Order: sequence, then structure tokens, then C-alpha cells
Amino acid sequence: MIDKIRTADRRRLSLLTSVGDRFRALPKWQQAAAFLAFVAFLYYLPLLGVPGLTWLRTDSIAGGNNWAGVLFVCAIYVLVAIGLNVVVGLAGLLDLGYIGFFAVGAYSVALFGSVNSPVVKWIQQKFDLPPTWAVTWAICLLLAIVLTMIFGVLLGWPTLRLRGDYLAIVTLGFGEIIRIVARNATSITNGNQGISAIPGPEGAPSADNEVFGLIDAKPWYWLAITAVLLMVFAVRRLEHSRVGRAWLAVREDEDAAAVMGVYPFKFKLWAFAIGAALGGLSGFLFASRNAFIDPTQFNANLSILFVAMVVVGGSGNMIGVSLGAVLLAYLPERFREVADYRWLAFGLAMVLVMILRPQGLVPSRRRARELSDRAAEAEEVPARV
Amino acid sequence: MRRSYVRALGTVALAATLVVAAGCQDSGGGDGGTASGDCGGKIAIFGAFTGDNAGLVIPSLNGAKLAVKQFNEANPNCKVEMQPFDTQGDPAVATPFANQIAGDKSFLGVIGGHFSGESDATMPIYQAAGLAMISPSATRTDLTQKGNTSFYRVVGNDGTQAGAVATYLKAQNAAKVFMIDDGSAYGAGITAELGKNLGASLAGKDKIQEKQAQFDATISKIKSAQADFVFYGGYTREAAPLVKQMRAAGIQAKFVGPDGLYDPAFPKGASGGAEGAIITCPCLPADKAGGTFSADYQKEYGIAPGSYGAEGFDGAKVFLDAFKDGKKTRPDILAYVKSYDKQGVSKYIKFDAKGDVDPSKVVIWAYQIKGEAIEPLQELKLS
Amino acid sequence: MHFDELIGHLGQHTVDGLSKGAIYALIALGYTLVYGVLRLINFAHSEVFMVGTFAVLGVWTAFGVQNNPPVGQAVLFLVLGLVAAAVASGGTALAIERIAYRPLRRKNAPPLIFLITAIGLSLVLVEVFGLLLPDTVGGALPDLFGRPRQIVGMPTIIKQETVIQIGNTGITNIQVIVFASAVVMMAILDWFINRTRYGRGVRAVAQNPETAALMGVNQERVIMLIFVLGGIMAGAAALLWSMRFGFTQNSIGFVLGLKAFTAAVLGGIGNLRGALVGGLFLGLVEVYGATLFASNWEDVIAFVVLIVVLMFRPTGLLGESLGRARA
Repeated sequence: MIDKIRTADRRRLSLLTSVGDRFRALPKWQQAAAFLAFVAFLYYLPLLGVPGLTWLRTDSIAGGNNWAGVLFVCAIYVLVAIGLNVVVGLAGLLDLGYIGFFAVGAYSVALFGSVNSPVVKWIQQKFDLPPTWAVTWAICLLLAIVLTMIFGVLLGWPTLRLRGDYLAIVTLGFGEIIRIVARNATSITNGNQGISAIPGPEGAPSADNEVFGLIDAKPWYWLAITAVLLMVFAVRRLEHSRVGRAWLAVREDEDAAAVMGVYPFKFKLWAFAIGAALGGLSGFLFASRNAFIDPTQFNANLSILFVAMVVVGGSGNMIGVSLGAVLLAYLPERFREVADYRWLAFGLAMVLVMILRPQGLVPSRRRARELSDRAAEAEEVPARV
Repeated sequence: MRRSYVRALGTVALAATLVVAAGCQDSGGGDGGTASGDCGGKIAIFGAFTGDNAGLVIPSLNGAKLAVKQFNEANPNCKVEMQPFDTQGDPAVATPFANQIAGDKSFLGVIGGHFSGESDATMPIYQAAGLAMISPSATRTDLTQKGNTSFYRVVGNDGTQAGAVATYLKAQNAAKVFMIDDGSAYGAGITAELGKNLGASLAGKDKIQEKQAQFDATISKIKSAQADFVFYGGYTREAAPLVKQMRAAGIQAKFVGPDGLYDPAFPKGASGGAEGAIITCPCLPADKAGGTFSADYQKEYGIAPGSYGAEGFDGAKVFLDAFKDGKKTRPDILAYVKSYDKQGVSKYIKFDAKGDVDPSKVVIWAYQIKGEAIEPLQELKLS
Repeated sequence: MHFDELIGHLGQHTVDGLSKGAIYALIALGYTLVYGVLRLINFAHSEVFMVGTFAVLGVWTAFGVQNNPPVGQAVLFLVLGLVAAAVASGGTALAIERIAYRPLRRKNAPPLIFLITAIGLSLVLVEVFGLLLPDTVGGALPDLFGRPRQIVGMPTIIKQETVIQIGNTGITNIQVIVFASAVVMMAILDWFINRTRYGRGVRAVAQNPETAALMGVNQERVIMLIFVLGGIMAGAAALLWSMRFGFTQNSIGFVLGLKAFTAAVLGGIGNLRGALVGGLFLGLVEVYGATLFASNWEDVIAFVVLIVVLMFRPTGLLGESLGRARA
């Protein structure tokens, strides 16, 4: 049985690589055209109505969820996966508390942008502002990114010197700390009562908003997918820059990197801060779209789901992690009848993928090579773990 | 040569697919047909039907299903359909559902949300769509204070229940009440409301956290406060071990909790420790509930209605009556709900201007744990 | 801040904290043993403990145990519970090793892969006990599984009584039993690792696997041994938990496991005596903290202490040393 899966998987992978190689062999203009067509398809997706493909829509089943709404969640998770991939895939730091940054991003727009937040009320009182005053959405966006970067550095500074697996547990604790503080500090965050009326690009949620209204979720998806494309581009540039190469060097062998003049701590901290900022951005979009957040939405299970997206998809490879994110967000929505078993399925998927294909469904080529090197070493020398 | 031909063909084919795709639009879902026949229609019910808190919400879903089933049997040419949407209690999942339900014109009313968070998150959307929302169990006081005109609930809010608890405690000559809550929107909310009403008899308070197992610190505080009553705002998961450990530590204070503990798993989980605990609930005892609801429910599902079963039934009943009255559009139904005035199985249902059930019609009962049963004790005065 | 309460009942809080820490320490041993030999965090160990509590509940349900049985029966039930929990937890730990870790060890996978596999396994076990079993056999065994993900109560085996009273500090019989049995279990384990032939094998592999292999130590057998030992300790913790708290749930493992791991790291992971020190220390810090602030800050206090200790003593309070001198 397992052997059959392995063969099928090997065939699938060779197909994947051959498609990838063929694509890279295409002339530049055709690559660009194909890419543009793909982007156009992404923007067209919420309208998906091609006969024969409509079964993909989550609202094609009874009790199914809004298609554009689900696509928005997928896009947000892709953004999360890309951010976490910088930390886990590129820099090789296992962060189990990524939800903390997501929460900080969400809370920065909630606390400063909503008229219902205690913080805004306090500022209104202090400076004699009208009760409708709140920080504008665009400024909240900046705030979210800056605040999450600060949190990333704050967490990274003391902990990044720790060994990998210590770091994992400490970050898990960090994520819980953020959630518990958001729950307990009721005078600042409203606690579990949550904060409503979180603004969007057109201001506070209202039926009068022309584009980002209350009923239609499509514009939100388009906003999110635009953010995703921009960030994919940015992270890609980063990956192929000096910083990106430094991350890989640190991940492969920290000591060798240090000898060659790459100061690991500095680059790890960068990875943490950039990853955190991406998490913050996705939390920010999540909060503005839902217009309501409370601390129960940021529990440790979600952190583990984020890690699952990255490792199942193929850590280190942006296409892989995006696929992982889409699968894990989309499948439970489309197959709602088994939705109660989603965590069992996630757990099984993580175990199976790790045992059968530690490099993920769509592996990063460099990472796959690294792992097979280790396996070859293991055959030469009796196992030392 | 041949390969580049294939490639060009592929590009063209892809482009063609896209054009075709854009051409034959079938936006799906968005505009389902309206109800056929003279009456009948479609309603939605949303809540945590799976996940950790499903146990609290399933009875309400079942109650509503029962109401619809009985209606359809009694009115064969007036079919009503109810579509459940499982939010897992997560506001972020409830929001796209709200978009879906609001955008699908065939839905004429919504039962939900079952938790305050998901209700708060989706209220503006349903209001924008002009859909009436009837919640069987979202009790947070401020939900009806936000100027929303489409949110109604067939359950008393936390303020009303906390007032009744305070009156009960006074009547029992409670001199030192120790309050504990779990920090949840529900538990912290009702406990804070109670705190406002207790005055000098409040002897101390502590907050615990969800999934806590060991309560030594809290128990020590109760002992120091020499409390004669302990009020716990929260759910079964923490209440059961808490009361058990309190009793084991020799605290004799009476244990009082709100409807979150109106759950057969509470005495069971405390395995004997909950004996004599008082549970208040804005729900009528089975034999006092109107009609044959309890018996019907028992027959249909094989268990007693549990928390909010009757409220779910009542919520559905409001819409069913509207359909029977021939209402077929969202504004008509909203207006009908607003002026609803009938005896329900959980209480007499009539809404005040804000959407709360008329406070004078709210009925709150005290129950007492005996063995593994929750037995009705007395009706509580509201204030 | 409730300084008066903390100082006024310092003795009581200390006793409470120590008895709380004893359970952390027992679970922490499982992390420490595996980490000491394999240098990996067995994240699924918390679920090994959870399975143990269900085994205890299963045995007690099978015998129809009622609240407060006579002393003779109580002892019998405790022994039966211990055996069941040790078998179930040890077996689960062994199964985890065989199913998840061995294939990865063969491939010489990086530690993070082990950790992610363990997280996955932990999710699977939680959901199997929380959902799959209640859905499939819950109807036949309502006292064991009940409604999905619901808390299940257990009978009280020993009635709690204050046996020692010093000033305003009362020590209960349960606290004495929990603390004493935890210390005894740990002493036995310590003796086993440091004084027996098998223990020498474990220490040898922990120090240097290649040399140990050259000297004829069967590495696979040592690895199985440490998983089983860690499982048995978790089983003992499960029995003490059942006796003290009297309930279980599919999700009790997560937070407890995190705390126990924190305890192991605090004391110096890989160090058996460190697990005891770390567990007791964490128990005290939590109870003091919960008294000083409110109980809902307990977890934050525990994690902040973990971060602070790791900042200043990255190898924990006693340092890492299962096989003393480590390269």
C-alpha cells in the first residue's frame, strides 16, 4: 500500500519537475503571457461559472459557504503561509507562535481604527475629539506592519540564540501569551467581548459603502489577492537578494555561515521581523474584512494549522506553501459533511507527509537535495540523530 | 518546430478557455428561486454545530428542526425549508455565511447566532440585507443596545438573569458571595452584571481560564473570604472540576451558576461534587413548558431538550407563523417579527423596541442538582 | 495584587504548588528521557499522558467503582489503575516511536521534521479520543467517552482529608500521596538509569551513540526502553491526576504537556533530577503567581518564566546531562 503511494508520488513529482523545466525553457514572452493569464484567472476566480467547474465552488453544496468569502480566507492564509515560509522555509526557524503576529496585526486595526475600541475612546476623551473619530484605515495598515515588526524583534531578540527546538516551544508560548493578554486585559482590548465595527478601506462597515460593502465579499477577495501578488513579488526579490542567500547559508550551516562573515543572529532577526510583518498584514486584512475580532479566534490550534500549511505544501517553496494554504483552507469548506474531522485529517496529513515526503508536496528543489543528502549520509554512517 | 506549434496552440487554448469562461457566466448561489405556492419559504440557522461547543448549540438546532418538521406535517401544501450553516462558533466563519445568506434572496429569515461573538460580527450584514435575525441563545446585554433594528432574541439577556440571581441571593440572606468567572464573553459578562447588583455582599472574586484543571489558588481565596455562596459564570468544562475540588477541600458554600451549566454533563463531570448546586436558567421546566414540546423532543431525539432546545423551537416558530400568515418578503417578515405577540414554549414571546424579549415576560427558574438530574426548584423574581 | 493573601497563607500555597509541580515533574521525565538520548522533543508525550487517564477511567468504569470505596478496595483500584495506565501509556509511547520516529531516524531527518510529525500525531490522538471514539463506540460506552470532546468525570477514590495541620497550613492526604509517589517513582527511575546495566546502556547511547554501538549496546533497544520508561512515568502521572482531579478530557494534554516541557527545560532538559526541580519550581511559581494576580494569568506567568530562564541559563537550572559529560 505505502509502496504504491510512494510510486504514484514519485511519478507525480517527476511530472511536476518536467512541467517546471518545460516552463522555464519557454521563451520569455510566453512565460509572461502564461503568468498574466494565471493572474487574470485568479482575479476571475470569485465569478467562477464555467460549466463543469462550478462544483469547485463552496456554495454549490447545501449549507456551503460563500465562495468569494472562502476565497478571501484562502488568500489570507496564502499570505500567512508566505510570511511563515520566510521564517520556517528560508531561515529554518520553526515558529509555532505565528498566530501571535497575526493577532497583533488584527488588533492594531481593531484597537486604533474602531470607534468601539477602548483605546480609541480613551484618545477621544484625552484630546476632546468627536465620538466618530478613529485612526484612518491606511494609517492603521502602517501601524499594523510597524507594530508587528516591533513584536517580531521583541520576541526574536531574547530567543533567537536558542537552539531550534527550544525556539519552537518558546514561540508557542509567545503566541499563547498574546492571546491570553488580549483576553485578560479587558480595559484595553475588551477581552472576550471582542471589538466590532473595525474599518475597511472605505471607513467603518456600513451598508452605504460602495465597494467594500457588507453583503458582497468579492471586493475583499480582490484586495487580498492584490496584497498576495505584491508580497509574492517582494519576497521573491528578497529571496534572490543578499539577504535571501544569507538566510539559506544560515539554515544550511550556521557555523560555516558565521565563518564566512554572515552574522547569523542579524539575519535571523531580519527573517523574524519580515515574517512577522507579513503575518501582521494578513491579520490586518482579516480583521478589517470581518469587522469583528475576539481573542478566541487566535488560539494555538491555528498556529499549528499555519505550520501544517507550510510543511505539507513544501517549506521553502512559495508555490508549495501557497498550495498548502489553499488546500487546508478550502477542503474543509468544500467537504463540509466531514468538517468535524478536519483536525484529525490535518494531523494525519502532517504525519504522512513528514514520513513519506519530508520536503512537502511541492518541494523546494534545494531543500529536497538537502534532505536526500542527509538520507545518504545516514546510509553510510550508522544513524546518529 | 512542432513543439513551438504545440506551445502556441496551448497558449491560444488557454486564452480561449478564459474568454469562454468569462462568457458563460453562472454566478451560482446568488439568486435562487423564490418559494413556490401560496405560503412557505426558506430560513437559515447558523451556529456551532460542530466543534468544542457544539453540545450547547445542538439542542437549539434540534428544537428548530422539530418545529419545522411539525409545521410541514401539519401544512402539507405550505412547505418550509430550513438550511443549517455550521460556523463552529467562529465569527470569522460566520461572516462569509452571512454574506451567502444575505446574498441569496430565497432566504427570508435567520435563526442565530447562537453565541454573542458570531452575532455581533454578523448583525450589520443581516441588517443591511433586511433579514430578521432571531437568536435563541446570544445573551450578551449590549447586543441589543447598538441601534440594530433586525436583531431579536427569544432569550433573556445576561442583565435580566444576573438581576434574578442577585434577588435570589438576597432572598437566601447571602452575606458573603464569592464570584468566579472564566473570562469568556458569556461568563465574564454575566458575572460583571451580577457584581453590579450585589453591593456589600460581594466578598471577593477570581478569574480562571478555559481548560484549567487545578483550582488551588481560587479555593484558597474562597476559604480566606469565608464565603457562604460561590457564583460561577462560565461553562461545564471548568465548573465541574472546580465544584468537585471545592467540595473535596471542605468548602460548604452553596454553588450557584447560570444557564451555561444547565447541561447534563455538569453533574456527570463533577461525579457527585455538584450535588445541591443551584443553576439558574431563563428556561421553563419541561412540565411547565407550553404544549407537548418536551415530550415531542424526547420522542424525536431520544434525549431531554437540554439547553436552549425550547428557544430554538420558539425562534423557528416565529418565522413559521409568519409564513403561515402569508408573509413572503424580507420586509414583511421583519415587520411581522417586530410585532409578534404569542405564547411560545419557553416563554411568552413579544419583543421590546430594542429586540429583547419583553422583560416582564422573561421567566427565570432555579434548578438544583440531585444525583445526575437537574430538578426544577422555584421560579425566580426578576428584581 | 494580593500580597496579603500570598504572605498570609504562604505555607498553604507552597504545599499546593509542590503537589501541583509533582505531576508536572512526572510528565517532564518523559520529555527529558527522550531528549537526553535522541535530542528531540517528543511533542506527542502530552497525549501519552492523556491516553493514560482514559485507561484509568476505563478500568474504574469496568469495575463499576463508586465514590469513596472502602480503603482495601481503593488500594486495589489504584493498583489496577496504575497497571492499566502504565500499559496504555507505555504502549502508546512505544507505538509513537515505531510509527512516527523510527522511519524518520532511518532517513536521518532534521529535528524539526520530528517535531512536526509529533505535533501531527498529537492532533491525531486528541481527535481520536475526542471525536472518533465517542462517535463510533461512545454510544456503547457512555461513561467512558460520552459526548464528543466533553469532559468525563471519574469517581473519587480517596476522600480528601487534612492529615497534617501546621498553623494555617493544611496538608491533605491526597497531596501527601501525590508528592510521595512522584518522588518515589523518580527515585526508582534515577536508580534504574544510574545503577543498572540497562541504565548504563541508556547513558552510553546518550553520551555517544557510535561508541555505544561499537561496545555492543543495542541502540534500537535502548530507544524503545526510554520511550517505554517515559510512558510508564506518564501513566503514573495519569493515575495521580485521576485521583487528585477526578476528570479527563481529550484536550487535557496540550496545556499540561506544554507546562511539563517547560518544567523539563527549566530544570535542564536531559537531566532527570532537573525534571523534579523544574516541575516543583514551576508549580510554585504558578500558584504564587495565580494568588498574586488572578488565576487567569497562570499560563502567562509560566511562559514568561520559561523565556526569562532560557535567556539567562539556556541549559536550564541544573544543566543538561543525561550522560554527564556531553560533547
